[in-house]
Amino acid sequence: MIQRLFQVIWLMLVLATPAFAQGGADPKPLIDQLGSANFKQAEDILGQIAATGDTRVVPALEAFAEGDLYLRKADNAVFIARSASGGFDLVDPLTGESAGTAAKAEMTKIKVNNTLRRAIRSALGGLTLLSPDRDVRLAAAESVLKSPSADNLALVETALAKETDPAVKIRMEEARAVSVLISDRSVEDKRQAVATIKNFGGREAISILSGAAANADPALADDINSAIASIQSEQELWDVAQNVWYGLSLGSVLLLAAIGLAITFGVMGIINMAHGEMVMLGAYTTFVVQEVIRTSFPGLFDWSLMIALPLAFLVTGAVGLVIERGVIRFLYGRPLETLLATWGISLILQQAIRTLFGPTNQEVGNPSWMSGSFPLGGMTITYNRMWIIAFSLSVFVALLVLLKRTPFGLQMRAVTQNRKMAASMGIRTPWVDAFTFALGSGIAGIAGVALSQIDNVSPNLGQAYIIDSFMVVVFGGVGNLWGTFVGALTLGVLNKFLEPWVGAVLGKILVLVLIILFIQKRPRGLFALKGRAVEA
Amino acid sequence: MTFKAHLISAFLAGALATTAMTTAFAEDTIKVGVLHSLSGTMAISETTLKDTMLFLIEEQNKKGGVLGKKLEAVVVDPASDWPLFAEKARELIEKDKVAAVFGCWTSSSRKSVLPVFEELNSILFYPVQYEGEESSRNIFYTGAAPNQQAIPAVDYLAENEGVERWVLAGTDYVYPQTTNKILKAYLMSKGVKEEDIMINYTPFGHSDWQTIVSDIKKFGSAGKKTAVVSTINGDANVPFYKELANQGIKAEDIPVVAFSVGEEELAGLDTGPLVGHLAAWNYFQSVDTEVNAEFIKEWHAFIKNDKRVTNDPMEAAYIGFNAWVKAVEAAGTTETDEVLDSIIGVSVPNLSGGYSTVMPNHHITKPVLIGEIQADGQFEIVQQTAQVVGDEWSDYLPDSKDLISDWRKPMSCGNFNVATGKCGGKGS
Repeated sequence: MIQRLFQVIWLMLVLATPAFAQGGADPKPLIDQLGSANFKQAEDILGQIAATGDTRVVPALEAFAEGDLYLRKADNAVFIARSASGGFDLVDPLTGESAGTAAKAEMTKIKVNNTLRRAIRSALGGLTLLSPDRDVRLAAAESVLKSPSADNLALVETALAKETDPAVKIRMEEARAVSVLISDRSVEDKRQAVATIKNFGGREAISILSGAAANADPALADDINSAIASIQSEQELWDVAQNVWYGLSLGSVLLLAAIGLAITFGVMGIINMAHGEMVMLGAYTTFVVQEVIRTSFPGLFDWSLMIALPLAFLVTGAVGLVIERGVIRFLYGRPLETLLATWGISLILQQAIRTLFGPTNQEVGNPSWMSGSFPLGGMTITYNRMWIIAFSLSVFVALLVLLKRTPFGLQMRAVTQNRKMAASMGIRTPWVDAFTFALGSGIAGIAGVALSQIDNVSPNLGQAYIIDSFMVVVFGGVGNLWGTFVGALTLGVLNKFLEPWVGAVLGKILVLVLIILFIQKRPRGLFALKGRAVEA
Repeated sequence: MTFKAHLISAFLAGALATTAMTTAFAEDTIKVGVLHSLSGTMAISETTLKDTMLFLIEEQNKKGGVLGKKLEAVVVDPASDWPLFAEKARELIEKDKVAAVFGCWTSSSRKSVLPVFEELNSILFYPVQYEGEESSRNIFYTGAAPNQQAIPAVDYLAENEGVERWVLAGTDYVYPQTTNKILKAYLMSKGVKEEDIMINYTPFGHSDWQTIVSDIKKFGSAGKKTAVVSTINGDANVPFYKELANQGIKAEDIPVVAFSVGEEELAGLDTGPLVGHLAAWNYFQSVDTEVNAEFIKEWHAFIKNDKRVTNDPMEAAYIGFNAWVKAVEAAGTTETDEVLDSIIGVSVPNLSGGYSTVMPNHHITKPVLIGEIQADGQFEIVQQTAQVVGDEWSDYLPDSKDLISDWRKPMSCGNFNVATGKCGGKGS
């Protein structure tokens, strides 16, 4: 009999446990309350929803953060709404079942702001820590790490005990440490947590620790401060490395912008004020390619830059050819007239683009492989900058090979070194001139493809680069590709080391002053050409 | 002559006079100057305002014009060149004899034309948010003064997001510098410590934001909630936001509130990674009112492109234009002095559902809206204040806190010092 009674009690306990874990509350009415709550009330309700521990709410919370949660005006019911033709497809927030459709006017969007998004992130982090999917758990650990709360501590510890994946485990340990710091655990526990965070290092760790320092136990203050100091001294070294990286990245952008000019101005001696507009045309080619892809072949978006590169080269190369044949060839040996004529061309091109596409910025998207960043030690490397450095180096190498290893390169060098002699040897110098100018323009065009990824695509794009390009070519030494290369990278790194020290505005001025002083000392730039070409 | 003959001749004369008058009406139009750059760096922002003015004038003409006369727009292009603004303004007033001018965007261009308008006694409506510290008898400022944009935005962040640490980032020219000076004084008066404020300036068209974004990250890792208040201008915004997105700065962690970024600027950006960053304006395209829906519909019909967005300076132009029309109708003439007298106190509907009134300091009342960027490039309005009166002389700067401006007679002073009780002369 007594045994029977125990069995019953045991059974009751077993049955009660899952209900207890769900907090007993049904999340549905809570979600419906969100519909009519203001921001403050919604934050409280989110806390209650998280406390139910019911993982069925995850899609609803995700939709809320995305702004896809709507209230049906007729009966104040809340649905996840997806835009469909003529209105919304409604989905039940808990079951995920279809709940019919509704017209746009029947629904009101439930507003979400940053504070709510943070609360949702924290709630989702807690709810998805035990998900069977590894990536979801990793994301959950990240969420807890970013918006820790003492309430999630028990959950994190349960999840940590079950975790088998090493990468997720590390993240969870960090998440646990962060949660411990703001909980009411013992000083000893917190001390260990500080040590864990210290090992994990980086800016985030400094941020967490200095946040905790403000209202920590006095017994912990020393630990926290020494941890912060040690991370900071390590971070300072990384900061120098990061600065060099930024400098190289700026240098590579300068190199890209200037390398076409190194040919038209450097090799041919044409003061080409329309160079910037060639860059702009390249960027607009990218825009047109992306527009066509967006409307007709959305699957190809990640390939858009690959498709735009040869097209931009051809388009700007052709424009360059027309400019050379139509205008510049009549002006060889008259630098002032060339300057004015190419400046006029640059204005014509700008206004043409403005009339054709409008004066506003055009949207050029980053393909997925050029978005975001990854940490490298204490540095953050963004993918778009990394690819641009790689790209400008390969353009430089390709150009060197073209000049030094191909018949066309040989003819080009021959014509620049001694035009008469080259002509006597049977080289068609006007033809070489035209194609050299087209090559320089084409390279400016592909630079535009790359620059569209980091800058505005507007009719003014070229103007921003023309001064910098001339600066690089003159500083590096006219007529020398290596000079352009070294010049661009030097200016990039110099700029980035001056910037944190004196600010961006003064930094730019100082660089200009330094270049002027340098040109006084060495009028022909870093790598001066020697020999007959100079006298000619 | 018999009585009958009298009657006939009188009738004939009357008919003649009427015909003469109608022809006179058809030929006689009221000219309105439009002074916006259509080429050069500012074309990107100002071309839209030129179109807006043509749109408003066309709409007004459909309603029968003003004082029974049709309006005629005289469009000139000052080409983003500040001294040229002054020349073109003079040309509009002296040669074309325009009744009023709608134009300018940058403060530099406004400062360049101000003496021309005062000398030739004409009227300028200036539709862009600006730094304040100015009040001219001949200029109406329908954009936001700092207290109608910057200060409410900072209040919102402090109250709703608990921000304690501030980065004031701007382009290196007069609007950001003055606004940041006011904001710094304001924040410090609220108890924010000097070391919790970082001020950073960049040149026009700055495109390499790597260092500054990582500085912001560094500044934000001091354990206190940090926000960026951005007065970065025009073209520099796109690379700035791209760098923010790529370095993974989310609005939940470090929100950026901008005063120069609206629907038009976001058009060149993929806003997916920027959701939650904020902007403060007096109008957003997403404002849910009937008058706004109507305005957007007519604008799309006029510009023949239903993808074109509307923005805050457009609303300011709309308010300024309607206030001028109403003042001219009240005065019964387009003479500058009469219009200047009749326009003060004029109330016209704005697009956010209320009324904007022209105040004696030549600024207007309007509500302040705080919006969060959405994935579709529009703003979700998260806060809307009551009507705020534009404050031309900031109360937070020691030089201007005692100054007021009141262009009603008998005071007629742009910078009256309430401490000394004297007018400091003409406002500038």
